[in-house]
Amino acid sequence: MKSIITTKNLTKKYGDFTAVDDISFDVGEGEIFAFLGPNGAGKSTTIKMLTTILDPTKGEISLNGHDPGRDKDEVRKSFGIVFQDPSLDDELTCYENMYFHAVLYKIPKEEIKARIEEMLKFVELWDRRDNLVKTFSGGMKRRLEIARGLLHHPKILFLDEPTIGLDPQTRNHMWSYLKGVNSSEGMTIFFTTHYMEEAEKIAQRISVIDHGKIVATGTSEQLKGKTKTNSLEEAFLALTGHVIRDEEASGADQMRLRRRMWRH
Amino acid sequence: MSTIYILWLRQVKRYLRSRSRIIGSLGQPLLFLITFGFGFGSIYQKAGQGNYMQFLAPGIILMSVLFTAVFSGAELIWDKQFGFLKETLVAPVPRYQIMLGRTLGGASVAVFQGIIVLILTLFVGFRPDTLHELLIGFILIFLVAILFTSVGTIIASLMEDMQGFQLIMNFLVMPTFFLSGAIFPLTAAPPVLKTITAFNPLTYGVDGVRGAFIGASTYGFAFDFLITATVTALLLGLGSYLFSKIQV
Repeated sequence: MKSIITTKNLTKKYGDFTAVDDISFDVGEGEIFAFLGPNGAGKSTTIKMLTTILDPTKGEISLNGHDPGRDKDEVRKSFGIVFQDPSLDDELTCYENMYFHAVLYKIPKEEIKARIEEMLKFVELWDRRDNLVKTFSGGMKRRLEIARGLLHHPKILFLDEPTIGLDPQTRNHMWSYLKGVNSSEGMTIFFTTHYMEEAEKIAQRISVIDHGKIVATGTSEQLKGKTKTNSLEEAFLALTGHVIRDEEASGADQMRLRRRMWRH
Repeated sequence: MSTIYILWLRQVKRYLRSRSRIIGSLGQPLLFLITFGFGFGSIYQKAGQGNYMQFLAPGIILMSVLFTAVFSGAELIWDKQFGFLKETLVAPVPRYQIMLGRTLGGASVAVFQGIIVLILTLFVGFRPDTLHELLIGFILIFLVAILFTSVGTIIASLMEDMQGFQLIMNFLVMPTFFLSGAIFPLTAAPPVLKTITAFNPLTYGVDGVRGAFIGASTYGFAFDFLITATVTALLLGLGSYLFSKIQV
């Protein structure tokens, strides 16, 4: 299989702290690939480097044949992304968020309307197109972000912890459409998760990442075989240990409070 | 062009949708107009300086432009914290265009706010010379708005969260307003104060707008315009540079 994402010795350091430590991996074109790891393992940092928003300290990346450090725009055109935290404008309507994206990605003017309609119908939000996003539930926002991420026909879709906070129905639904796009358009999917069953059910190959390092890569069968365990969960714990990870608070909660105070 | 337009449109839409923000931000200028305008009016007249409301109104219009512009620029911090910024940062468009669109949007909002305050000043007795000169004044106001939206963007590019914002308001925005000759004539000010105000870009904005609106300027409109345009270009460049360096 031809590789669409390749990294060599990718490293990101913040001062003395190494968030991503010398990782190398390949993702094949049309593959569904998962990064499985505990909190703070370096999953999001890796995605940020792959998607041009963070410069690596060291190492090489090739994405759809381009280097995110040099050909930023070429790389940016080739992927869509759903971030871990919402990245919608709450004060705009559902349709306006989509339209904004369409203009930024230079979708031809005469195609915009039809394409937005198609995507919003796909995630069942067409009836709510004129509602402000701030009135949406978490699951609706996530669906809108997926629709937006797919709007410009990306070759790769990045999903950073896409199902956190979603109920099982929405989660199921979401993966069924994404798998549909994966098989009909050959779109590559790269996602991070810390849910075992999600990685096992959805991904064709999994990299287990911990403390910034890839500790194992393979199909879930291969990972189980390697660790001589019966479930992916056991394999995961065998690979990453039992210590509970703390993630530093981002201050976002405090910000939310301040924002409310400022506004009113 | 379409990138700049869509970012401009977003800023404007957000502003028009927050009615409480529009109305809320009129309180302060109105308070200043009434307390200063009517409070100092008679003393000003006795000192032989003429009508204080005529003098004060352009200053208060610029005050609201200043506040709205810095605030609009600094809204970037929210986009940073609440994620929307990432959507624009991964888009295949040059970042300076995103910054430019945002800034023009913020500046348009600030000018709009200035127009509302101008209408308020008419109710408390302000009388500009002619409509033609009013329009010329607003070209300068638009430049001032771009200047201070860039200042807001620069601050927001360097700050991680809103913690320091109050500090900026107290130590940068308020002094910029008070030390600009917006509320007192610089001609009669002591030399130290005069020197400080000379380094404040808003001084030239206030002076130029006053020159256009009521025909009374210290430095002359052309000079004021030139200084404002130069500083605007510099800060727009700096803001654009810092914006392009943002990593989230």
